[in-house]
Order: sequence, then C-alpha cells, then structure tokens
Amino acid sequence: MNLILTLIAFPFVVGAGLLWLRPDGLRKILVAGALLVVVGLSVALALVPAPLDLQNLPVGGHAISLGMLAVEILISLYLFYVGVRARHALIVLLVLAQAGLMTWFEFGPGAHAAGSQYLFVDQFSVIMALINGLVGGGICLYALGYMREYHEQAHREVPDRRPLFFALLFVFMGAMFGLVFANNLTWLLLFWEITTVCSFLLIGYTQTEEAKRNALRALVMNLSGGLAFALAIVWLQRQTGGVELQAMLHSPDKALVLLPAALLCFAGITKSAQLPFSSWLLGAMVAPTPVSALLHSSTMVKAGVYLVLRMAPVVTGTKVGLLVALVGAVTFVVGSFAAITCSDAKRVLAWSTVANLGLIVLCGGIGTAEAVWAGVLLIIFHAVAKCLLFLCVGVIEHKQHSRDIESMAGLIVSMPRVAVMMQIGMAGMFLAPFGMLISKWAVLKAVVDASPVLSVFVVFGSSATLFFWVKWMGKLVQVVAPPPRVPHELDLGESIALHGLAAATWLACLLFPLISTHLILPYVAGVYGAIGGPLSQGNITIMIIMMALVMLFPVTFLNRGRGVRVTDAYLGGANVRGSTHFRSTADSVQDVAIGNYYLSAILNEAWLARWGVISSAVLLAAMLLLPLL
Amino acid sequence: MNPLVQVLIYLVAAPLVGGLLAGWDRRISARMQARQGPPILQPFHDVLKLLQKENIVVHRSQNFYILFFLVLVIFTGGLFFAGADLLLVIFALTLAAIFFVLGAYKASSPYSFIGAERELIQMMAYEPMVLLTAIGMYMVSKSFSVSEIASHPTLLVVTLPGVFLGFLYTLEIKFRKSPFDLSCSHHAHQELVRGITTEFSGRTLAMIEIAHWYENVFLLGWIYLFFGSMPWLGVTVALLVFVFLILVDNVFARLKWEAMLKSAWVVTLVLGFGNILALALFSPSPAAPVAKAAPATLHAPAVVTPVPPPAAEPARRT
Repeated sequence: MNLILTLIAFPFVVGAGLLWLRPDGLRKILVAGALLVVVGLSVALALVPAPLDLQNLPVGGHAISLGMLAVEILISLYLFYVGVRARHALIVLLVLAQAGLMTWFEFGPGAHAAGSQYLFVDQFSVIMALINGLVGGGICLYALGYMREYHEQAHREVPDRRPLFFALLFVFMGAMFGLVFANNLTWLLLFWEITTVCSFLLIGYTQTEEAKRNALRALVMNLSGGLAFALAIVWLQRQTGGVELQAMLHSPDKALVLLPAALLCFAGITKSAQLPFSSWLLGAMVAPTPVSALLHSSTMVKAGVYLVLRMAPVVTGTKVGLLVALVGAVTFVVGSFAAITCSDAKRVLAWSTVANLGLIVLCGGIGTAEAVWAGVLLIIFHAVAKCLLFLCVGVIEHKQHSRDIESMAGLIVSMPRVAVMMQIGMAGMFLAPFGMLISKWAVLKAVVDASPVLSVFVVFGSSATLFFWVKWMGKLVQVVAPPPRVPHELDLGESIALHGLAAATWLACLLFPLISTHLILPYVAGVYGAIGGPLSQGNITIMIIMMALVMLFPVTFLNRGRGVRVTDAYLGGANVRGSTHFRSTADSVQDVAIGNYYLSAILNEAWLARWGVISSAVLLAAMLLLPLL
Repeated sequence: MNPLVQVLIYLVAAPLVGGLLAGWDRRISARMQARQGPPILQPFHDVLKLLQKENIVVHRSQNFYILFFLVLVIFTGGLFFAGADLLLVIFALTLAAIFFVLGAYKASSPYSFIGAERELIQMMAYEPMVLLTAIGMYMVSKSFSVSEIASHPTLLVVTLPGVFLGFLYTLEIKFRKSPFDLSCSHHAHQELVRGITTEFSGRTLAMIEIAHWYENVFLLGWIYLFFGSMPWLGVTVALLVFVFLILVDNVFARLKWEAMLKSAWVVTLVLGFGNILALALFSPSPAAPVAKAAPATLHAPAVVTPVPPPAAEPARRT
C-alpha cells in the first residue's frame, strides 16, 4: 500500500523540487537519484505478490479527496485562463462544461456515495507501472544530455526553461502512476487531467507559433475526452450509485454500465490519438524528442489504450465494442498507409504509433480474452521499441541536423551504434519473430475468432507496415559513398538509455513467454476466468528457434570478406569515382542519387487522413448514440 | 508419416524438384515461343557453374543477408511440411523475403535498389491475400495447423473458390512471372538489368536460385492444401497451376507497379475477402457475431501431431 502511495507521490515531490533547481549539475544528480528510486519501486511492486490489501489508506480518504478537489479546481482555473488568453472559445467552453458538471457531481443533490476503495492494483496496473517506471525513467535520463545539447548547440533560439521541463516530466510520470492505480474514477479523472495539462505544456515548450498552435489543438482534443470522462462519472453515479472502476467492471448488469463504458472508450480514443483525433499526436512532434518519446511510448497515449482495454469486458460482444473495434481498425489501416507517404522520420514514427494504438483499441473493442491478452502484449512491445526509435531519431537529428529518412543513408557507417539500435527497434516493431509480430499474430487469431470480417483491416494494415519499415531499414544499411564516422555518437545518459532500451526490446522478445505466464495470463484469467495461452507451446518454441536463428545473423559479420572481390556498383555507364558517379551520354559525368518510393501516385497523406477522420467520426458518433437508444 | 521424415524429404527433394520444375519452365516457355529450349537439367548445370564462379560484391556484408534468406526459406518450407501453424509459416516467409530485400539495399547500386523497392511493393501486394488464404483455410478447417488442414475431410477449394483464385493471382507475383516480374525477371526484357539480384554473383547468386527452388515447391505444396482430401487431385492441380503460371508468363507483358498493386488488392478484396465474408455470413459455424467471449476456442494444436498429413506428396512424386 505504502509502496503504491510512494510511487505516485514521489515523482510529484521530485518534480516540485526540480522546478526550483537551476544548476545543471545538481539537477543531474537529483534526476538520476530519483530515477533509481522510481525504477526500484516499480520493480519491487512487480515482485511483491499481488493483489495487495488496498482497503485502508493511511491518510483519511476523504481528506485526500478534498485535496484532490483543490487540485482539480486549480487545473480548471489554469485551463480557463489558457483558453481566455488564447481566445479559444472551444477550450473555455469545454473547461466550463466539465467544471460545471464536476461541481454539480460533488455538491449537487444526492451526490457522493462513500467510495471505500480509492486505489487498487492488479497485474495489468503492475505492467503499466513497470513500463512507466522503466521506459519513462530511460527517457528522463536521456533527456538530461539531450536537453543540454538542445539548448547549448542545436536550438539556441529557444528560451532555456529546463527546470520546468524536467519538473513536468516527473509530474507526468507521477500522474501516470496514479492513473493506473486509481480505482475511484474521480481520482482517475484527476490524473487524466494532469497528463492533459502536462502534455499541453510540454508540446508548447519551445513557444514558437507552431508549437503553441499544436499544443492548443492537443488540449482541445484531450479536453473533449475529459468531458466525456466526466459525463461517464456522473452517469455512472446516477445509475449505480458508485464511481469505482472495479465495481463498474464487475457490475452484474452490463447494459447499465454500457453508456459510461462507451464514454470512457471515447475518452481513451481521444487520448490514444485514434483517428478523428490523431492530429494532436502528429502535431506533438514540434516538441523536443524526449517529449515525443514520452507521449508515444510510456505515458499519455498508453493511458488511453489502458482505459480502452479496461473497458473490454464490458463492451465485448456489444455493438459498442464492435464500433470501438472498427475505429481502431480504420485507424490502423489509415495510419499504416499514411506512414508510407512520409519521409520525416518523426512523422513516420507518429503515424506508426497511431496505427499500433489502433490495433490495441481493436483488441479492446473485440474484448475477448485472447484479444485483451494480445492488446496488453502490444502495449509492452510497443512501449519499449517505439521509445528506442524515438530516442535514436533524436540523436540523429542532433548530429545530422535533419530527421529526413533520405538523409539517413549510410548511417550504419557514420553512426554504427545508433543504426544498429534502430534496426533492433524496427525489428521489434514489425519483424517475425520479434515483439510486435507475436502480438500481431495473436491479434489476427483473436480477430478471426471473434469477427473474421475485421481481419481484412489487419491484413492490409500489416502489409503496409512491412513496406515503410523495410524501406527505412534498407536506407540505414545502404552505403553509396561511405560517409565519415560521426565522433562522439552518444553521451553517458543517452548511451545508458539507448542501450537499456535496446536490451529491453531484446529481452521483452526473449522473455515474453514469462511475461505472459506471470503477468498477462493471470490478469486475463482474473477478468475472464482461466484460459490457456493464445499461442500454443509448440508455436512459442518455434518462435524461439527462429529468434535464435536470426540472432546468429550478426555472427556472420565476423567472417567479413573471405573469398570475395569488392568492386564498384553497376551504374549502367563507366564508373567515374567509385559508385557515386558514372559517365553518361556525350561524355557527361552524372552523379548517382537513390531515393525511396513514397507511392505518391496512389497514396496521399491528406486524402487518407481526411477520409479516416470522416469515417471514424461517423463510427464514434454511432458508438455514443447506440447505448442511448 | 513422422513430421520429421517429411521435413527431411522436403530438405533433400525440394531442390531437386524445384530445379526440375525450373528446367520444365524453360523448356515449356521455349516451346510456347516456338524454340527448342535448353535441356531439362540446364538449371542444375547453371547453378553448379555459378558455384565455381568468383564471388564479386559491392559491400562485403551483402552476401550474409542472402545466406539468411536461403536458410529462412528452407526453414519456412520445413515448417510447412512439418505441419506447423500456417500463420507462422507466412511470417517466416516474410522474414526470409525481407532478408533478400535488405541484401539488395545493402548492395547500394541503383538497379538493385529499385529492384528492392519493387520487391517490397510486390510483398505489399501479395501479403494481404496470402494472410486471407490462411484465414479462409482456418475458417473451414477450424485450425491453422497445416497438418490438420491437409487432413480435413472435405475439399477446401469447394468452400474457398474465391480464396483459391485470389491465391493463384498472388502466386503469379510470388513466382516472379509476367505480368508481375517487376523486381527481377528471368526474361531478357528487364529494364532494371537484373533488378534485385543485379549485384549478386557466383555462389551467392546460386543461393538465390536454390532458395527460389525451395520456395516454389513450398508454394505448390500450399496449392495442394486446397485439395488435401484428394491427394492425387492435389498433386495434379499443383502441376497444372505451374503450367498455367508459365502460360500467363508468356502471354502477358509486364505491368507497372501501380497496376500490379491495385489489381492485386482488388482481387484480394473481391475474391478473397468476398469469399471470407460469404463464409462468415452463411456458415452455420459460430464465426460471424462478436458476441462470443469464446475463451476456449483458440487453443492452436501442438505443432507435432501424430496424424500423418500427406503434404509432402508433391515433393516426392514429381
């Protein structure tokens, strides 16, 4: 119990401390020390036998609730101020609506059924806490070196507000811990709103016009999710008299809680940047890289899918569930194809995040035991691999002053360590037999069993992911003219974070049967009753054999160039200087330029996004209206 | 038959059968063009000759990718003939193909690069249909296991005609036949020199060739699965399909990649997905509604089953 309270409160305290700490050296020490504590606590939590007794809070629950109310009011006031200053009517409206709703809920007639249990813990929250602690911790560590370079070399024009930046990272982390352990939905909403505010401030960190605009957009979209959340709470309280997540999930009358579940799914969909709302996540790349990594991997969007997966037992088998699944499926397809059309590395990663979250939402909407199993596994693999990729792109952007994928040719020579780690991350994202593919496999099986018609989305979407990942991988290994080696690729914090995450990606793949049997299966069994693993033992064995086979691949490099003759590439004319120039017609010398396909003849990002938004908006409207009928 | 024996037979027989098929391919093609054509055993002579040639590369590591391509193709076929999970087989095949593509990227010549990109587009074109084929077979036989699909008592092609035709369409791509021989072609009308294989020579080129033999036998084995309950019919149809592919190869000119991608997707959606939709809507099985919480339905059977599937037949008889 104390462990969980500490885990939630500690990052907030550290964050408050960091806000007042100006010297870089002291900040480093504090951040590193705090991270050690957070990582230690979250690992300890995983080792403690769950479930813990959470009935009794050491402090009176009511006192804490009042404190939380105060924080909630402060947040509302601040957001109101933001909305007024930006002359953004929609923000003001959303804030007022939510504040009014919650005030009525707190003080209105017949309000406040005594909630006995404010926090809870099960294997799913432990998994989320582990991701938050380990991956989020890695990002903070990376941010130390990255932000120094950001302000002192790469972006001198941006005002240095690092104390605020690091304070926000820690508050974000604390809010995420609170979010996954909260049982009382009003608490959950408070942490939800804290992540919204943090993301707003972090996206707008550079204070450029674009950053401000994108931050406001993120705020509007997440506030609309927050409003849906508040509506869900009020409705649930009026209908069932309680506002507890566990009570709601175990409600004997599923029809009664279907509307709140639909509203919460809506909130989850906004936060996890599913289609009508995915533009906020794409806009969030204006922020420094650690922010993108944080939003995309361990926090924020994962909070959204966490909530959707929690709702799975309620919505499974209903029309609402089917519509949630469809929103996820449409997002998966649109996101995957949109990623093909982009050459900006961060944009490709962002679309890929949107797509993969779509897959998780699809799992949540289907909501069968296998689907939820696959969804949780997806969360784990996606968090580590995507974080690794973002951090790598951040390093490359600093060294090469470009994050265009076309400029990454020859990276295997100029920045070999980063390039290899990117390959690991990408392999974890889509390649058999690694990470995501294991879960995609399970998703496919779950989808085919539940509703085969949806499988068409999965097969088309995954063929598109294949295309954009492999062409990127190819770009990294391709060497036309060997570029010079970049000196001093990584500083210490970056190095620890990247190596740690690469190892985590590796280990998550190798140890996934263990993760499954110790954490995911017990959780799924707790919700649905006992099930066997969705993948049979024999198949897992074959997977492991395949993995071992692929891991042998680097070994072949020991045998470099025995019995081969190295020559220049064939260019269709006489080579002039190595493989870079050739003699063409009329004795002219032409240089070689190689660029990837973006399929612009048949795909158009704006068109895809527009139709994605329209179709998913229709689906969402139907999802919210159906339970009312 | 023991699955292990089947795998051993596959490992030994597949390159022989694949090489013979390649020989017939060249002979039949020649006859269609009113030429005499080379001896049936010519592909073997070619590969043996390649093995003796000097190995020339642009980048030293490019050959490692091809080695893994070969190993993984053999692994894929081995899984298939051992009766393993069909989805796993597809994933292994994709992994193998990705190694091939990465090898071409690594070679870094413009021709191999464009070949690699086109190969990726081809993969994107056939992958949905291949996965839908597995899904269709699962919906009929209630199992992803190749051995159980092969021993399913009814003819799968009867309930999966659309899926079969769609699969046939993608085989045209997989076999690198016109009109879809975009990434590299056996014919001399390739504007990309040799496309994806441009920078490979000697032993490595021989490996690519052998990998294709293994792959072709495995793909024809998949055709056989549609006729699992009638082994002789299965083998016959698999051979007929091969001849059909050669015929199409000689009749059609090469298409642009846009046309390939669009047509393959239309075929996938209309024939493949249409078939699956029909199955989901009309089959009495509890497939269509989402309503089931269905916890107990998803236990894929163990890979090694005592049931002897006759899936290795096409490899032995031919």
